[in-house]
Amino acid sequence: MEQVKCECGHVNPIGTVLCEACGKPLEEVPALLDMRYEGSARRSQTYNKTIIDKIWNFFSSVKVGVWLIVITLVASAIGTIYPQQMYIPPTVSPSEYYEQQYGLLGKWYYALGFHDLYSSWWYMLLIALIGVSLVICSLDRVVPLYRALNNQRVTRNEQFLQRQRLFSRAKVEHDETAFRNVVDKLTKRGYRVREENGNILAEKGRFSRWGPYVNHIGLIIFLIGAMLRFVPGMYVDESMWIREGEIKEIPGTNGKYFLENKKFIFEVYEKEKEKEAFQAAIDRLGSGMMAKNYQTDVVLYERVGPVVAGEEPKLKKIKSFPIRVNEPLKHDHYALYQVDFKLDELKSMSFHFTDKETNKSFGTITVDLIQPEKEYDLGNGYKVQLLSYFPDFYFDENGNPNTRSKVPNNPAFVFKMFAPDRPKGEVSFTAIRQTIEPLGNNKYKMAFANIETRNVSALTVRRDFTLWILGVGGAIFMIGLIQGMYWNHRRIWIQRMDDEVLVAAHTNKNWFGLKKELEGIFNDTPFVMPIDQADKRS
Amino acid sequence: MVQLSSTLLYVAFVLYLVATLFFGGAIRVKKKEGVDRWATIGIFVTIIGFVAQLGYFITRWIAAGHAPVSNLFEFTTFFGMMIVGAFIVIYFIYKTSLLGLFTLPIAILVIAYASMFPREISPLIPALQSDWLHIHVTTAAAGEAILAISFAAGLIYLIRVVDQSKPSKRTFWLEFVLFFLISTLGFVIVTTSFRVAGYEATFEWIDKNGKQDEMVYHMPALVGPHEGVLKTEERMKPLVDMPAIINARKLNTVIWSLFSGLALYGLLRLLLRKRIAAALQPIVKNVNLDLVDEIGYRSVAIGFPVFTLGALIFAMIWAQIAWTRFWGWDPKEVWALITWLFYAAFLHLRLSKGWHGERSAWLAVIGFAIIMFNLVAVNLVIAGLHSYAGS
Amino acid sequence: MKEKRFWLRTVILAIMLAAIGYTIYSNVFVEKKAIQVGDSAPDFVLTDLNGNKIQLSDYRGKGVFLNFWGTWCKPCEKEMPYINSQYNVYKNEGVEVIAVNVGEAKVTVQTFVDRFQLTFPVVIDQQDQVMNAYDINPLPTTFLIDKDGKIVDIITGTMTEEDVKKYMERIKP
Repeated sequence: MEQVKCECGHVNPIGTVLCEACGKPLEEVPALLDMRYEGSARRSQTYNKTIIDKIWNFFSSVKVGVWLIVITLVASAIGTIYPQQMYIPPTVSPSEYYEQQYGLLGKWYYALGFHDLYSSWWYMLLIALIGVSLVICSLDRVVPLYRALNNQRVTRNEQFLQRQRLFSRAKVEHDETAFRNVVDKLTKRGYRVREENGNILAEKGRFSRWGPYVNHIGLIIFLIGAMLRFVPGMYVDESMWIREGEIKEIPGTNGKYFLENKKFIFEVYEKEKEKEAFQAAIDRLGSGMMAKNYQTDVVLYERVGPVVAGEEPKLKKIKSFPIRVNEPLKHDHYALYQVDFKLDELKSMSFHFTDKETNKSFGTITVDLIQPEKEYDLGNGYKVQLLSYFPDFYFDENGNPNTRSKVPNNPAFVFKMFAPDRPKGEVSFTAIRQTIEPLGNNKYKMAFANIETRNVSALTVRRDFTLWILGVGGAIFMIGLIQGMYWNHRRIWIQRMDDEVLVAAHTNKNWFGLKKELEGIFNDTPFVMPIDQADKRS
Repeated sequence: MVQLSSTLLYVAFVLYLVATLFFGGAIRVKKKEGVDRWATIGIFVTIIGFVAQLGYFITRWIAAGHAPVSNLFEFTTFFGMMIVGAFIVIYFIYKTSLLGLFTLPIAILVIAYASMFPREISPLIPALQSDWLHIHVTTAAAGEAILAISFAAGLIYLIRVVDQSKPSKRTFWLEFVLFFLISTLGFVIVTTSFRVAGYEATFEWIDKNGKQDEMVYHMPALVGPHEGVLKTEERMKPLVDMPAIINARKLNTVIWSLFSGLALYGLLRLLLRKRIAAALQPIVKNVNLDLVDEIGYRSVAIGFPVFTLGALIFAMIWAQIAWTRFWGWDPKEVWALITWLFYAAFLHLRLSKGWHGERSAWLAVIGFAIIMFNLVAVNLVIAGLHSYAGS
Repeated sequence: MKEKRFWLRTVILAIMLAAIGYTIYSNVFVEKKAIQVGDSAPDFVLTDLNGNKIQLSDYRGKGVFLNFWGTWCKPCEKEMPYINSQYNVYKNEGVEVIAVNVGEAKVTVQTFVDRFQLTFPVVIDQQDQVMNAYDINPLPTTFLIDKDGKIVDIITGTMTEEDVKKYMERIKP
């Protein structure tokens, strides 16, 4: 490697602006030194030969990093103009939705892919490039900075001192007591004082210089965590609808866990039941209009023995738990969250076997709407066969009865009714508020008697093995940020040159604080308080 | 308790006004003349005001049983309180009375703005029933408030350095910023006036799903709702109807605010016979620019970690608990990220590219604009999971 | 020194490029499914309409045409007769059909089976367990399973009779 030798004898890497050891400017520099990276050689700028070097140098520039941040910022903002695809109603097609709702702009928004911006490849690439920039910028700066701070000598080049922002020069008689007094004061204020031939370098808070690099490491760990989410097995995100009384396998657990919904509770704020302070607010929104609690009382079971899907499971109870918003059920890295519900889903319907003329009932059948029986025997020769069952009934385009789903939203039945005087049976199509007798007039009918309902709860199942990585990344980021922002790196040089004493001071931030501190140190001493040379300019 | 709480807030508001006057009186005093009486009284009154507002906060917390940061009024008021708190801290570090003259009016505007929204103590919906409510919201508000100090410092800096002898882009944008502050005042005045007058006009209108609905205006309708029919007698007919996807009432409020802001601004220009910033320039002529620059930078340095912790990290932890995922690209989340990215860029530009002084001051102003956008527009205009905060 | 620097930079850039490439590729271009082609088909046991237990692992040595369906699903309804007629051809060549209904009422399923006179076993996944294991969405989804129990292909959407024939040919042992 090419090197530059300073007159003090120290050998610096090429590209160094200020000698690592004595601080002498090795290149043309402004009147006040730019101390940002201690005048060290940023390695990337020195070599620019191969394509690899060129890529490296591109990402090594803070300017590029800032541009990446700004582009991401603007893109993110555009993504909030209209709702993202995940927040529009799931039943509508996005291609139509955006145009219908927002007109031509909406159409373009969709066409350009802004409706799903944050999971688009280019947005992810932007974030990734910021990550690359973080890595390369940090590597390129932290090594030279470390060298420079590690190699710095106590005795500095005169040029270096007088070009510091805080500087003074005065004729001072040598006075050992006064000198010791200053050293004492510095030590008391937490400075690490190094002496060399009667010259002083007092330094504190150097660790704050590492803050930016620590927080960048934290960010990189966070980004790695975010990337790992896409590795199979790291992340489970499922949802389940479960009815009251039902026991169901928890999806995403590979058949290992089952859940029973004991009860779903929905509460609202009612005027009479709430305290005085809330009355005005409840009045404004209306009593009973504001949700108070969504809760599913569940029992968690674990399957015992080998898992064969579909087989009736042997279950071991693990725990009972009320799942509420903000209080998920957690077990074995899984978390179950309350996310949605449906009140009063139909559970069963009852019908009277009735003579249409006399209205006399010959018994009542109750049809379970999830698993209806094929036949209901009422005794004395009366029985009902269920020929067809449509849980979510509608007439399809051919005019035939059909079902939209397996959910009993609108149940319809084809009954065949047998009676002693109707041994061949009568067929009746029975739906809510609708009866059709397809084979002529019947004597009997299935008269609607009663319904039973129950609530259904929707839960989200999550397991995220990346959370701890994100947590570690976040924590390191915060530590680095605080380290860099809440402390500062201060240095004070006192150097005797012939009969003069040169005093200079530098801090990476908070000059005001440093000046106050210097006042405290140099008051009542023969040394002259350094003057802010930046003031002279403005 | 509820009554006491409102009274304390009112007291705090008045005290902030009084303190501003004292800080104003402090301008004429030269630093060299020893202890600055005006500023001492000013900061003393500010602290009493802050304590009063703290009293409001605590009593309201007791009355509600949860931290009063659960809707737009409560959050914004708290934000105002934090601005004052951050100012007090910064004041004791830097002893700059001029900062009080700029920060306190901003805090006053913020609190006045907050009071235009429903002020009742409301019970919590299930998503908000968590200790993370006060942990996340207070930290985020504190972070934003500290960052707001850099706005005040930036404003002082700009008023001092922007050359007012001839019109330029810089004078235009500076006036633009001041105009927005004045419009906030306009909003407060207009809303309060019509509220005192008890103005109410009911419209029947057709929403975007084609359903008929009712909308109540509390200001004369300049723009009416989609196919709106005025139901209240002797009320102004709207000049134009809006399409269904635009919330006409909110737009109407915005228009009123901007018009009244424009009127106020015009009146001021007429009285002063120069740009507002030019009129303010003598006030700041003695200020030490390097010091103001450093105050701005330090507020960002102190505020950025607090903001990160509150608005991103705590937010993610809570979102993981309440909404099943730590990040969901909800508009409020995205704008918190945007704010964070912006201040990250600010710091990099300053530390690595040497953007000091005026550039840094402009950035501080833009940063505050982003924060206010997130506070105001994202809650009121862009509906998302956080939109309960706008009710 | 220069050599070392070059290689160090190359390695760091390559690692980052690989990580980013993988992330974007797997997120944007790969469907995230628990079950993929090449996996061995999860075993299951379900009861058919006649009360017989049908277990997948009993079919080792034969090709299995595993179809998930519901009575309300129009494409399912359309392809059922095709599957039925091709089944009658291929059952003698070692291809079995198992049609898994996604947990509807037995009466509803029976009506459907009678209407189309389906001859292959139709089982009902009453508790969604098999649906979960196979990560079913949307309907219909068909898994082609070879004689060794490996998933050869996953087909979502309607099939023509020609398709059905082609698929059965593929899993013929």
